[in-house]
Amino acid sequence: MKCNFADTLLQCYFDGELSGRAAAGFERHVQHCAHCATELVDLDLLRGSLQLTQLYKPAPASLRRTINAYIHPVAPSKAVSQPLLWHWLAAAAAMLLIGIVLWKASPGLRSDDYQAELAGEIVDAHVYSLLPGHLTSTSSNDEQDVKGWFKGKLTFALPIRDFANDGFALQGGRLDVVGERSVAVLVYARPEHLINVFIWPTRERDTSPRVGSRQDYQWIDWRKGKIEFCIVSDGPTADLQQLQRLFTK
Amino acid sequence: MSELELEDRARFEQLVLPHVDAAFNLARWLLRGRADAEDVAQEALLRACRFFRGFHGGDARAWLLQIVRNTCYTWLEKNRPMELSMEFDEEIHLQACATPETLAIAGDDRERLILALETLPPRFREILVLRELEGCSYKEIAAITSIPIGTVMSSLSRARRQLCSALANSSTKGAVREV
Repeated sequence: MKCNFADTLLQCYFDGELSGRAAAGFERHVQHCAHCATELVDLDLLRGSLQLTQLYKPAPASLRRTINAYIHPVAPSKAVSQPLLWHWLAAAAAMLLIGIVLWKASPGLRSDDYQAELAGEIVDAHVYSLLPGHLTSTSSNDEQDVKGWFKGKLTFALPIRDFANDGFALQGGRLDVVGERSVAVLVYARPEHLINVFIWPTRERDTSPRVGSRQDYQWIDWRKGKIEFCIVSDGPTADLQQLQRLFTK
Repeated sequence: MSELELEDRARFEQLVLPHVDAAFNLARWLLRGRADAEDVAQEALLRACRFFRGFHGGDARAWLLQIVRNTCYTWLEKNRPMELSMEFDEEIHLQACATPETLAIAGDDRERLILALETLPPRFREILVLRELEGCSYKEIAAITSIPIGTVMSSLSRARRQLCSALANSSTKGAVREV
């Protein structure tokens, strides 16, 4: 038997949304209505099982750490002491070596898997770089300054160019670790967003640019002359393609 | 990107950070995966941080959950558009309505409950999560989801019925499997 009170009013009563007077009226009704009484029991059982089974998922610690890092930015350290820097570079070199060994050992990886994995790592690195104090280790729009900073830190010739005249102003650079690769990063600014260009040596053949997107981020990846490039940004793909053309010009 | 002034930072920590769990929980249930939920919740929180100056008092939890919800839907539209167009087929699913017994049996089985909740369309899932796990009032749910209170009530009612049926179905299937 269906009851006229059923549904909205019953549900409002169950959720504590009825005023005292209306609630009292509904309680009087329930005493004589088996249908509504059963419905209430069902709703209560459902709520009970939802709450008892601990379906609530608290935030992981890593999420809290990221947010805290964002709110409390660490000022970029101007002078990294030499031993510390060498320590870090040695670690990066070791990781690069491990990366190469693992890479060689797993030739079965298909190009799509590679792209998907790379996109994930690159986007993570891009988002992390946007946290205050993480974007550049050397901030300069001068090609020579940036070149000077990278000197001795890389095993390949990094093409450093400012494209301010084309609307892509060089902001500086940094070293980053993406997945297991140690990579060089050049940062460019558009009026609305920042663009990271990840650059690292490769042994693979040249490839034409591949465009992709992940979450709200776009990327373009290509290889040329034993160097792999990956541009990533939350800006429009057209911007990335323009920068890609500037790089290959 | 604008950074928070010291004063805003303290307010953000005091008003918004206590709701990081709520933000993650909602994202987790909307996206159904832990890793995606962490990425999207993080994006939503950073966005909340960036636009915090636009928040002029009021319910900080509702404000944050609104941002989380919108970020989740944008993500779903981009990555799993099929899911958003998925409509629960009431003809099929509502034929067996749950009895207190099937609910009690299902209640013992956490996996079954999670599965049942995840089979609901995102819009029903979110309303149940906000009401039953987050304890939001109808008014708060209306503010978070930007839908009128009347629609909140009818959606909640449908969502509950669908969850019951999904549970009843899964427990019958489970029983068949066990035999």
